[in-house]
Amino acid sequence: MKLVYLDNAATTKPRQAVAEAMLPFLGERYGNPSSIYSIARDAKAALDEARGKVAKAINAHPEEIIFAGSGTEADNMAIKGVAYAHSRRGKHIITSAIEHHAVLDSVKRLERRGFQATFLPVDSYGMVDPKDVEAAITDDTVLISIMHANNEVGTIQPIEAIAHIAKNHGVLFHTDAVQTTGHIPIDVRQLGVDLLSLSGHKFKGPKGVGALWVKKGVKVERYIDGGGQEGNRRAGTENVAGIVGLALALELAAGELEQETARLTKLRDYLIKGVTERIPHVRLNGHPTKRLPGNASFCFEFIEGESLLLSLDKVGICGSSGSACTSGSLEPSHVLLAMGLPHEIAHGSLRLSLGHETTPQDIGYVLEMLPGIVSRLRAMSPFGEEVSSSSACSCTQEEHHLVKSHQS
Amino acid sequence: MYTDKVMDHFTNPRNVGEIQDADGVGLVGNPICGDVMKITIKVEGDRIKDAKFKTFGCGAAIAVSSMVTELVLGKTLEEALEISNKAVADALGGLPPKKMHCSNLGADALKKAIEDYIEKQGKDLPESRFDSGQGCEDS
Ligand SMILES: Cc1ncc(COP(=O)(O)O)c(C=O)c1O
Ligand code: FES
Repeated sequence: MKLVYLDNAATTKPRQAVAEAMLPFLGERYGNPSSIYSIARDAKAALDEARGKVAKAINAHPEEIIFAGSGTEADNMAIKGVAYAHSRRGKHIITSAIEHHAVLDSVKRLERRGFQATFLPVDSYGMVDPKDVEAAITDDTVLISIMHANNEVGTIQPIEAIAHIAKNHGVLFHTDAVQTTGHIPIDVRQLGVDLLSLSGHKFKGPKGVGALWVKKGVKVERYIDGGGQEGNRRAGTENVAGIVGLALALELAAGELEQETARLTKLRDYLIKGVTERIPHVRLNGHPTKRLPGNASFCFEFIEGESLLLSLDKVGICGSSGSACTSGSLEPSHVLLAMGLPHEIAHGSLRLSLGHETTPQDIGYVLEMLPGIVSRLRAMSPFGEEVSSSSACSCTQEEHHLVKSHQS
Repeated sequence: MYTDKVMDHFTNPRNVGEIQDADGVGLVGNPICGDVMKITIKVEGDRIKDAKFKTFGCGAAIAVSSMVTELVLGKTLEEALEISNKAVADALGGLPPKKMHCSNLGADALKKAIEDYIEKQGKDLPESRFDSGQGCEDS
């Protein structure tokens, strides 16, 4: 059966060249970069080269890059590291309600350790308003953390505007760029942030390796104690193979960013147009244009996401959902709820995230299969019979307006 | 994560739909994840002649609904009331621990439908059957 992998926001297929570049470091080139003899120096050189590549891709200095064990670790390191390093100056942190749990739960843990936090709301597109950020800043605020783009709905946040505000108030600003690095241009100087997290497996690199960029001069308390690796900022013998893979993947992604963004944006819009035209009672989640090139996120009314995923899997299509039934917590996605979607609508969410391997034929196949799957599940749903009568629809006027404007 | 039996009932659900002139209707919602199941039954004598379901929920919820309607066909009301959540889950070859609460939905909807039928007949409810063993607390 055809396999159409449309879950590239969850993880991507590593490039062949990346896997090949990693292999020697799992074999012959096994030296510990901290040692002194020649195979160690060889590993150290590979590490330095990788650091240089990552720095170049995001317009940073190599010594500002700290490699970490994942995007999650980079987020934890940024938030806890800044909070603890600056806690004598203040104990207030500003973040948004739609962050990845790596950020949300780090901030919540700090709340239990005597910090105060503000979780900013978002509008119906999942967008943070910079004015809300400014209004939330107090004398006690030491850190703002707002993601560059949301992993579920793809909305790209006004990072530069928020950075401007943060700078004016002398507050450090971290952005989780795990979903954007390698997908849209990243220039840390232009973005104006102080810390930025990224993760290898989201741009066709290996899993289990990420990086935190920390602007020169920004103090971050060490989060993992031990040896003096990573400029004494993150202990632990480096994952040389992983770091080499991450750096090459990022270099290659940056090299083809422009064409790939254009190609994916076209495919994404073809998918969104096709779905909203062929299927009634569907809405696009996230901003219609300020969104990740590969992200298409929908809510199908009257049906539930897990049964949709299972049905898609039956025909070889891989997607994801923010339904309560797919979450371990039995709560629908915090992102969709924060955008104001009612529980039962959030329940019917489907995220299809396109990537490097996605072809127009793949999208054509989805557009061929999806309408039948949705109507089959709707026929099974106790709400399904209401589909044809608009009076039974529970959406508000504003939501109808939203669906319309998304479609245009 | 699902057994072949669950996937079979999910892919080819039995008895989907709604009996128009139903003798009993059971509509339940799952307080945990906000799912809804509706079972309609047709009773002849004291036997369940027909049962149909409509479900808004996960793969397990759909498979459970399908299995409940299949298990109940031809059973007396007495026997139908004996069908427990566990029996439904067992008939499906088991459910993942996180999905056990979905099996409550099936037995609950069925009991509600029988209760509705009995009430419409003006008969007394066999009280003991309706105590709240069906709590939807997640395990
Ligand atoms: C926005 C965002 N932040 C952080 C992460 C965590 O990255 P990792 O999987 O490398 O821990 C992810 C991916 O799951 C993500 O999408
Ligand atoms: S119905 Fe929600 S988890 Fe089964």
